[in-house]
Amino acid sequence: MYSYTEFDHAFLAERNAQFRGQVERRIDGSLTEDEFKPLRLMNGLYLQLHAYMLRVAIPYGTLNSRQMEKLAEISERWDKGYGHFTTRQNIQYNWPQLRDVPDMLDALAEVNLHAIQTSGNTIRNVTADHFAGAAADEVADPRPVAELIRQWSTDHPEFQFLPRKFKVAVTGDTADRAVIKAHDIGLRIVKRGEEIGYEVIVGGGLGRTPMIGKVLYEFVSQEDLLPTLEAIVSVYNLLGRRDNKYKARIKITVHENGIEDIRQRVNERYALIRPQFTGVDQQMLARIEADFGAPEFKSADQTPYLNAYDQDPLFRSWADTNLTAHRNPEYAIVSISLKAHGKTPGDATGRQMRLMAALAKRYGHDELRISHEQNVILPHVHRGDLPSVYYALKAEGLGTANIGLISDIIACPGMDYCALATARSIPIAQEIATRFDELKLEHDVGPLKIKISGCINACGHHHVGHIGILGLDRAGVENYQITLGGDGTEDATIGERAGPGFSADEIIPAVERVVLAYLDLRNDPAETFLQTYRRLGLAPFKAALYPQVAGKESRANAA
Amino acid sequence: MPKPFTPKVVTANALLEGDVIYQTAAGWSRDLKDAEILTDEAHADLRMIEASAQVDLVVGVYLADVSLDGDTPRPTHFREDFRATGPSNYVHGKQEHI
Repeated sequence: MYSYTEFDHAFLAERNAQFRGQVERRIDGSLTEDEFKPLRLMNGLYLQLHAYMLRVAIPYGTLNSRQMEKLAEISERWDKGYGHFTTRQNIQYNWPQLRDVPDMLDALAEVNLHAIQTSGNTIRNVTADHFAGAAADEVADPRPVAELIRQWSTDHPEFQFLPRKFKVAVTGDTADRAVIKAHDIGLRIVKRGEEIGYEVIVGGGLGRTPMIGKVLYEFVSQEDLLPTLEAIVSVYNLLGRRDNKYKARIKITVHENGIEDIRQRVNERYALIRPQFTGVDQQMLARIEADFGAPEFKSADQTPYLNAYDQDPLFRSWADTNLTAHRNPEYAIVSISLKAHGKTPGDATGRQMRLMAALAKRYGHDELRISHEQNVILPHVHRGDLPSVYYALKAEGLGTANIGLISDIIACPGMDYCALATARSIPIAQEIATRFDELKLEHDVGPLKIKISGCINACGHHHVGHIGILGLDRAGVENYQITLGGDGTEDATIGERAGPGFSADEIIPAVERVVLAYLDLRNDPAETFLQTYRRLGLAPFKAALYPQVAGKESRANAA
Repeated sequence: MPKPFTPKVVTANALLEGDVIYQTAAGWSRDLKDAEILTDEAHADLRMIEASAQVDLVVGVYLADVSLDGDTPRPTHFREDFRATGPSNYVHGKQEHI
């Protein structure tokens, strides 16, 4: 973990004191809402449908147990006893009261957490692969460079009023678990010979105009990374479409100007600013890297794991589904599902957060991660400790064996909470999970990612869901469009819209028809939904989704 | 032909709690059934101006359409329905008290 300096502590203390004063002045009437709104948004405080919402950054999704315990304490003391983990590796509190927010921010600062730049047209929380530092096939841990980018971007004077929000993601693996191609800038750590560098992808993004990012540079050396990023954001700051909010993201800038033009402009800007980077950032990176040293792994008896695996089918199911290979063969990466069937995706109670913190402390080298898929990760657990971890999780409703399966659904807060939403997401996710649990088909279906957004902004990543669901308002009624074949990995693909939308009553049976069609169409159980879709295309799934249309066409062809 | 004015209520969020609130004849209520029903456009405009001036109490004032069930206002759009009752995934919004 990065060790905060006196400067970091003083910075947070000063920011929080400043905001406390602003809240006081709003309450006593010295500030109008128009004056206060940009100030509260700079500190992550939104006003949503039913209440205020405080969005707290979890940089690159990394937490220690003390930080997780603090998140639990905040949820219980100032909220309704739970928090909501998001696709941006943030946590959102849905019910804070305005007067309490400065105290909440001070509590966060005690454990080096904050809500700065979790809103506004600025560089947002830098996200990263949630298996960072643990994955078996990782080139390098992406967190040190993500921390460097966080430090560079926080309060960067040139980038506080960009044309729109700006999102950066980093992965250190060939497998992309950070959806880097759907970010404004995606970075992949690569090797050229023995030299570590970065593939730089720009102009990805979902929302109203979904686009897969384009490779700007195949290899940027470590010492050239920050000046390159500064040049890119600087070019975007000048070229971005401030005249039209819906065309303001860098994906549109890249699309309208072309990647060659953008590259030329970035090259020119880079040449101008490069001399300003004198190497201090590299000294800083070296210090950060030292903070992210690997834990001291133990060597111990694995018999408890082998016995539990042989004797307890529930443990075996969980181990098969929720564990990932660790770079140390004696260890495993544990994904804790926040998607118990019928529950709200991404929500954890204070009690559950405390348990996860305690397990990290006792069995997980004090490390936790939040995944963009709204789950919690214990990245380093010795296999011999896995039964203890599992039974403790199970007792608190955290033992669901569904990671990567149909009920492991990403869902944005939707119209249950969000002021921008046009339909609800959460109840659809709850019903799909409950339905497939009833059918007992989840494990037969295998890897299948359903992602649901409650509006066109696509916070639920529906465009890159194998089955994507977009909730809209159609003449005052919730309506759900389906996209198929999306993929958020290294093979990133935008899903195809299947056809007309479905009402809230129709959407669960429609998803069921698609999944049952897949079971009929797959070559064998090893062929995943996405592989079957890529082999056969949209047509057979569309026929399953719209059987009446398919029947009519079939009769017309026969006549 | 001007569009006929349909019944409305003045709604907003409370400054301190963020709660959805409705303007009543005498102040503000968290409950839609207490809301003052506005059936005259000029009167509605006046009530909006009065509500919007209360900057130390409320945020985001607007007129929301309602239908009338006798004297009781009912939301006409699902968004207003959720605002009146709270989120549908937990019983911990306004529905706790309804």
